[in-house]
Amino acid sequence: MEINKPKTLFEKVWIEHEVNHETSSSPAILYIDLHLIHEVTTPQAFSLLKNLNLSVRMPNLTIGTMDHSTPTVPVRSFKDIEIAGKSAANQVRTMMKNCEEFGIELFGFESKNRGIVHVIGPELGLTQPGKTIVCGDSHTSTHGAFGALAFGIGTTEVGHVLATQCLLQRKPKTLLIEVNGHLNKGVTAKDLILAIIGQIGVSGGTGYVMEFKGDAISNMDMEARLTICNMSIEAGAKSGMIAPDDTTYNYLYGRPRSPKGSDWDRALLRWKSLPSDSEATYDKKVSIDASKLTPMVTFGTNPGMVIGVNDSVPQKKNDKSFNKSLEYMQVLPGKLISDNEVDVVFIGSCTNSRINDLQQAAQILKGRKISKKVKMLVVPGSQKIKKEAEDLGLDKIFISAGAQWRESGCSMCLGMNGDTVSSGKLSVSTSNRNFEGRQGKGARTILASPLTAAASAIEGRVADPRKYL
Amino acid sequence: MKPLKFIESNTIALPTTDIDTDQIIPARFLTTTTREGLGDNLFHDWRYKDNGKKNPNFLLNQDSSKNCQILIAGDNFGCGSSREHAPWALMDYGFKAVISTKIADIFKSNSLKNGLLPIVVDEETLMDLLDNSGEKIIINVEKSEIQTSTKKIIKYTIDKFSKYCLTEGIDQLGYIQRHKNEIKKFEEIRTWTP
Repeated sequence: MEINKPKTLFEKVWIEHEVNHETSSSPAILYIDLHLIHEVTTPQAFSLLKNLNLSVRMPNLTIGTMDHSTPTVPVRSFKDIEIAGKSAANQVRTMMKNCEEFGIELFGFESKNRGIVHVIGPELGLTQPGKTIVCGDSHTSTHGAFGALAFGIGTTEVGHVLATQCLLQRKPKTLLIEVNGHLNKGVTAKDLILAIIGQIGVSGGTGYVMEFKGDAISNMDMEARLTICNMSIEAGAKSGMIAPDDTTYNYLYGRPRSPKGSDWDRALLRWKSLPSDSEATYDKKVSIDASKLTPMVTFGTNPGMVIGVNDSVPQKKNDKSFNKSLEYMQVLPGKLISDNEVDVVFIGSCTNSRINDLQQAAQILKGRKISKKVKMLVVPGSQKIKKEAEDLGLDKIFISAGAQWRESGCSMCLGMNGDTVSSGKLSVSTSNRNFEGRQGKGARTILASPLTAAASAIEGRVADPRKYL
Repeated sequence: MKPLKFIESNTIALPTTDIDTDQIIPARFLTTTTREGLGDNLFHDWRYKDNGKKNPNFLLNQDSSKNCQILIAGDNFGCGSSREHAPWALMDYGFKAVISTKIADIFKSNSLKNGLLPIVVDEETLMDLLDNSGEKIIINVEKSEIQTSTKKIIKYTIDKFSKYCLTEGIDQLGYIQRHKNEIKKFEEIRTWTP
């Protein structure tokens, strides 16, 4: 690439991390700055290292936590882990053993830093602009909110990073998503990203790294930006990125693992050079007017099947997959989505479990009760967020509204830890995937913002939150 | 990884679009710490009824599907979670190739690391393959060609390096390790510390 050619944020980070350029016959070797690991997608990678008698090249660049199969009921001792089942307990134990053996820092059960892997990275200041960040988890795209190049990898690649700190990668294409206009009251980052996926489709981003730009994005706080980048994978994108700015730097300043003193000044200088050059070109562009959006919900079994909360379920007579999806969801074309009665409400996941998300849900629930028919779980993204929420009294608001207040973890987003939605039940969830059976076999999921989820819990049906604001 | 040069097999068709990795292998089966044995739970919730009995209407449970090594799937196969358990389950069942009009990035990358061949074809070819599913086809991996049951030859494109790794059974970790001097040099000369 020519040195003076204008570059995008993605290209700048990519070029800085190329150990070897790609050629027509070989991929690039890309250096990885931060490797996050959790208990589910690592055991086979550590086994590979053991079989080949290899060590971890840079143990200080890998950080572990436990989130997927861990219980969200209070954990007093390791014995409690048995709640999630024997194989989950074995997996957790294997994680602890592997981290100890290979010298990797692990935020285990006793750690105040434990939480969902994509929540603790930013919270600790580990997630920084210009870093390459990977994790054996598709929602690694979350960290792109800081201007990092962050993407999910498989277990074999987890092994590659552990052993070499590098990955073989083909350079993805670039997709600019320009979001102008202001989000209206009651319309959140979650509604925006659902609308984007609805517009470009669940494979609209396949092969691309997305960059989100425009007033609507610059006006967002870091937590909202994290929600946006988190779900870029739901459009099939390799990663989602947002250029760092003062909001990013203010968020990072003073975090436990952020650079300190003169390191901070040096880092800041580098970070400020990262935003895309004004003349940079993208392989594809999409524009969205944020001011036209209403609260959004899904009606089918993928995150691209999206409508406004007051809209009717659409019809596609000759589309078998579409109709199979409606049949699974037990929703009828032409009927209002708000006609559907709700059994479960879940507030949590790496998409929407940060303090602002919890505050938004609490704002709606304060002084109100949830419907007697509804079971509601509120699961903070990390132990730190749990404490912060309790200091603000949010736990009391949730509990007196009739919801359950839990320990941190992935919980009902994928139901690996025993927190599941029963077969046939309808859940309004702030998570990221409404796939068949995602929250439990036969469970039906509607994705929504924390505001919409809270309003739906009160009314016992899919509800527009704006009347409560 | 064993070299993969030829696949000759009858095909199975799952024309549903956007088949995600939660359908391929539901999350509750991911508490394993090994790669083996996941084939029994492949497409679990489509394959088995609530009482645990096989759903006779699901294609994988029919006699005609036994020993099929090639899956023909609707657009955007393998989207969603990055779980490598998805290609492990497909391979443990006996699949060696998946053909679709679009295959999700992480699933594709995971498949290639394990010797499962992801083939992307155009819509017309996919319709043709779906219409003639169950018939025997031959995939010549070295030539990047599919020979259909009607002896029609369909060329597909695959990244050169991926093809080389598949046909020669190259382990990509070994490939990266051979560049360890360059990695060391990179660490020495970069201007920042991660």
